Amino acid sequence: MEIQYTYHPDHLNNSEPTKYKGDQLSDGQMLLNMGPQHPSTHGVLRLEVISDGEIVDDVIPHIGYLHRCFEKHAESMPFNQTLPFVDRMDYLGAMNSEHAYVMGVERMLGIEGDLPKRVEYIRVLVAELNRIASHFVAIGTYGLDIGAFTPFLWVMRDREHILRLLEWVCGARMLYNYIWIGGLYYDLPVGFEERCMSFSKYLKPKLDDLEHLLIDNKIFVERTANVGELPLDLAINYGVTGPMLRGSGLRYDLRKVDGYSVYPELDFNVPIGEGKMGKLGDCWDRTWVRMQECRESLRLIDQCLEKLTGDYKRTRDFDPRAAVPKKIRPKAQDFYCRAENPKGELGYFFRADGKSDIPFRVKARGPSFSNLSVLPALSKGIMISDLIAIVGSLDLVLGEVDR
Amino acid sequence: MTITILQEKLQEQFEGVKSLVDTTPEGFFIPFESIHSVCLFLRDLKDGYFDLLSCVSVVDLGPEQNQFEVFYHLTSITAEIAVTLKVVIGRKQPEIRSVSDIWKTADWHEREAFDLFGVQFLEHPDLRRILLPKDWEGHPMRKDYTEQEKYHGIVVKYDRDDN
Repeated sequence: MEIQYTYHPDHLNNSEPTKYKGDQLSDGQMLLNMGPQHPSTHGVLRLEVISDGEIVDDVIPHIGYLHRCFEKHAESMPFNQTLPFVDRMDYLGAMNSEHAYVMGVERMLGIEGDLPKRVEYIRVLVAELNRIASHFVAIGTYGLDIGAFTPFLWVMRDREHILRLLEWVCGARMLYNYIWIGGLYYDLPVGFEERCMSFSKYLKPKLDDLEHLLIDNKIFVERTANVGELPLDLAINYGVTGPMLRGSGLRYDLRKVDGYSVYPELDFNVPIGEGKMGKLGDCWDRTWVRMQECRESLRLIDQCLEKLTGDYKRTRDFDPRAAVPKKIRPKAQDFYCRAENPKGELGYFFRADGKSDIPFRVKARGPSFSNLSVLPALSKGIMISDLIAIVGSLDLVLGEVDR
Repeated sequence: MTITILQEKLQEQFEGVKSLVDTTPEGFFIPFESIHSVCLFLRDLKDGYFDLLSCVSVVDLGPEQNQFEVFYHLTSITAEIAVTLKVVIGRKQPEIRSVSDIWKTADWHEREAFDLFGVQFLEHPDLRRILLPKDWEGHPMRKDYTEQEKYHGIVVKYDRDDN
């Protein structure tokens, strides 16, 4: 087929590897590349830093090193076969990503009301377990970035318990493919609920320990309080969502706002930053919100387990795949579905043409993408060492930024 | 604030605004000339201003239809309402006014649309490629895209039947 568009060479001219050229720098300015192969960038992220001595004048994030053409892949295969790709976008919170994707397709098919309650509670249970695991990585590696090694080992130990539980459920540690369109891969393994209850009892004092060791630590507070404060209006204008937005003081959580799945039946709070240690919306507030969200997730897990061993307990004839459609062919429509991922608002935009099982277009709106875009605005006139503290507090997953 | 009230307000102010069918969340078709003024109007609405732009997505309808559709997903945090805006532009010279001066979210989302579809966003402050390298040829999310054979000596194009 003849290619219809003409490609202008000047499209490329302003897409150089660095935005600034040598002759654009003023006297005393320096261009410094931070990353892509540095552990504090949490993946393959390159920051082009224009600095004057130790003062940062401008930061330009360069992304795309982990671009795996998710959207192009999704256009070439049926809805259900895209699920493993969804896992690999936010690989720290794969259950949450699956939950969002699957809900979108189920709503397009109009089958979201047909699911048994047990399926919904299991989905919320595994998603909240995964949320804790994701926040643990965020808090632990953040401590690591700014020089605290012990908390990292502690959270990795406890995260391993969660990954083992999830491995028991579906066979994989991180990339699950467990939540299916219209149901689940399998029911929970026999004895899972009891094991999970004892884990919840185990984890509660560990969260207190972590908070004492890291969050309330004087060195940590001095390093993160009053650093990288994000005003609320700026956050909303940049599309920042999730713990970062809540750290700036807005009680906005899609689990409450949209009330999807069985979240309206569960009791949980939405913690927000209060500027306890410094100004509102600084790095400390963001980390503190993540810490409190772990506690809330644990409460949600307890409530799910109570339901899963009570009203919706395991029965012999329960089939988690009973409502799984044989053919996934939604009617022609445009659908935008969003859900609360550990990082923020994860959205999927679908265009179904009604004629095939393959979506015409899928666009993923990763929360880390927008959360990263605020970095240049956050880091004007700060010290280079604070830049590391700010990048760590964004909790980026580059798999989701680049898709 | 409901969708019907919003529709009345928009149709009062702007010509050619139509409500969309089979779209979730509900929304409006906007003529491409007035997208910037509509967005400005929605952001500054007195009751229930739309302060959060979630997503900007482009859909390529293919060379036969010769059209791009641009979707904007807006949320009003105060009024707890979400709305979709749809704009249709030509495919040969895809140009549309950028809204990145209204919502900064649009900055990177429009750069992504420029990178993957080749849509030119007019008055965008920094329209560079974002995901692909600068010397990549073409815009891969177009329906008629063909990969280049080699990129710096690396084979790009594989025969699908081999895999």
